[in-house]
Amino acid sequence: MTDSSISGRAAIVGLGATEFSKNSGRTELRLALEATLSALKDAGIDPSEVEGFSSYSVDKVPEYEIARLLGCKDVKFFSQVPHGGGAACGPVMHAAMAVATGVAKVVVVYRAMNERSWYRFGTGAYGFASTPTFDNVNYGWYMPHGFHTPAAWVGMFAQRYMHTYGATSEDFGRIAVAARDFAATNPQAFFHGKPITLEEHQASRWICEPLHLLDCCQESDGAVALVITSAERARDLRQKPVTIKAGSQGISHGQQSMTSFYREDITGLPEMGVVARELYRQSGLGPESFQTAVIYDHFTPFVLPQLEEFGFVKRGEAKEFIRAGHHARGGKLPINTHGGQLGEAYIHGMNGIAEAVRQVRGTAVNQVADVENVLVTAGTGVPTSGLILGAA
Amino acid sequence: MADPQMLSDARALVGRQYGRVYAWDEVNAPMIRQWCEVMGVDNPVYTDRDFALGTAHEGLIAPPAMLQVWTMEGLHANNYPPGSTDENPYEVLKIMEAHGYLSTVAVNSELTFTRPLRVGEKLYYTTRLDAVSDEKTTALGTGFFVTLVMSHFVEKATGDEPVGELLFRVFKFRAANAQAPAKVETAAVKAKRPLPGISDDTRFFWEGCAKGQLLIQRCTACQTLRHPPAPVCIDCHSFDWDTVQASGRASLYSFVVMHYPEVPPFDYPNPIGLIELAEGVRLIAGLVDIEPARIEIGQALQVEFQTFDDQLTLPMFRPVEA
Repeated sequence: MTDSSISGRAAIVGLGATEFSKNSGRTELRLALEATLSALKDAGIDPSEVEGFSSYSVDKVPEYEIARLLGCKDVKFFSQVPHGGGAACGPVMHAAMAVATGVAKVVVVYRAMNERSWYRFGTGAYGFASTPTFDNVNYGWYMPHGFHTPAAWVGMFAQRYMHTYGATSEDFGRIAVAARDFAATNPQAFFHGKPITLEEHQASRWICEPLHLLDCCQESDGAVALVITSAERARDLRQKPVTIKAGSQGISHGQQSMTSFYREDITGLPEMGVVARELYRQSGLGPESFQTAVIYDHFTPFVLPQLEEFGFVKRGEAKEFIRAGHHARGGKLPINTHGGQLGEAYIHGMNGIAEAVRQVRGTAVNQVADVENVLVTAGTGVPTSGLILGAA
Repeated sequence: MADPQMLSDARALVGRQYGRVYAWDEVNAPMIRQWCEVMGVDNPVYTDRDFALGTAHEGLIAPPAMLQVWTMEGLHANNYPPGSTDENPYEVLKIMEAHGYLSTVAVNSELTFTRPLRVGEKLYYTTRLDAVSDEKTTALGTGFFVTLVMSHFVEKATGDEPVGELLFRVFKFRAANAQAPAKVETAAVKAKRPLPGISDDTRFFWEGCAKGQLLIQRCTACQTLRHPPAPVCIDCHSFDWDTVQASGRASLYSFVVMHYPEVPPFDYPNPIGLIELAEGVRLIAGLVDIEPARIEIGQALQVEFQTFDDQLTLPMFRPVEA
């Protein structure tokens, strides 16, 4: 670590969220303000003190409107990170950088979307048109064939992964079963009180082979907000500080957004490898340092290569880890203890960061004992990001 | 009884806004005159310029009932002006069809006018899925009333102005008498395959397809083949390239079989391959004449070209003996 490292310089001191639902019944702007005001209240920081904002695509609530409604007068930092769920940890990293460099003393990170009731991502309708902008040309390789849903793009990697390493649909199912087990005891979760069995996973209908319905998260409405300030100030605030020990974004060779099919090998997530190496470098920590982790699970298959990229297991051996139940309740690395996006809600990774905050604070509904450090990863298959959060 | 998950899925779409559909032409006198002739409307405020100038409107206006006329696609189905959305506001009906509610009848078409339209104004409309009723039984059968609201606007430099709304309601149902289903077509039209965006970097590929040739981009400096095409070589960063025609022989590197959602005009299940060409590059393409349960990574494939909707030629791959 060098003097300019962001490690340990900033902390998450406030957490706010709305309920998660299929139809919030109110505007995204309102959701953003409800979560932000709740997070500031949680932190005990006055809204007028906010000097920075960060969010990520495709959030449509502008930071200036939140600033206007909060009554902010001195906002010096704002960013919106691209790539949807892959960005999720990026805004926290940006906020930590802004705080560590003194540009902004208090930064709000937020996510507010009525994704379920207003948009939906998996309909196959994207509105891509023929103007030769990059996205239109790029997705032109896929849309004319009807290869047009996130489940299908993930499935293409998953099929090759299964073929190469002998992982099975049941291994993917074990991810879903563990997530739904945690969700079953989380009152905030969509699937509170609704655990599933591996047999139910196997019997659920195909969405896109090799993915069953129960390999896919449910699109959701909802908002989450975090308040970030310096580690020094955090010591005097209301909540137990959650230190940002490392943050990184990641793009690697042959990177595309959901369609990196042209890499020599498509069974890994090299962009997540970039994030892993940088997080370990900044924090000085390693795979043995975590008591729990939030591993991005919009679809089950990509959980496996993430465990491999972070060195919890060797390449291709995540299936043994999963079969032993190490990822589940009572395992040696319980993951997604809020129920994950498969079980709690799909807030594009921000609800996972919220869970990591609660685990460090010691206030999670499925609390893991003696949590020192929590790994959080962001969306997979796209340019991505990650965080290490921990006790001060 | 309605399947609660189906109804929940359908209701989840309620409130969804579908993008703009533009008018081909501005509000214009010839179309107004013809419409008035056909409909037997003889009010001179619509057709007599001098008379109209003397009225409170101070010029020709269009009959309010023409509101929908301006944004219709014309003779050819689904042929909307550039910039119009290709989203299907009737997608909720697909959910119901998948559960056996196959028949459709239009039951309400209610126009609300905010103000008269003047010659020269340009319209567009957006659509909102307004409501999905509880399950109802009528003499026709059992199903759901689905209500859409199309809001019409005139484009204005100072801010677009709402000019009227069309409330359109259909009954989507299982016919009471299956022997004589009251099947009535809706305004929904046959969808086409989406066209690719084509740039100067990729045009050769699509022109090759139209001629039945599978072309791969080649760096003329270092001879590296690449797909998808790009303006520069990943290996040596040369901007110079030509193309080579692929043999069309390939093997299957990975695949998926798409089942849900069923999006027109694709057939389901829809098998898609990540194809590794004999020349070494990969591309995504549909698989044909292949039993989904028997697809295997590594199997030998051969390209063939299929033309869709008289406008789009795609490389597709079929299994062959190794």
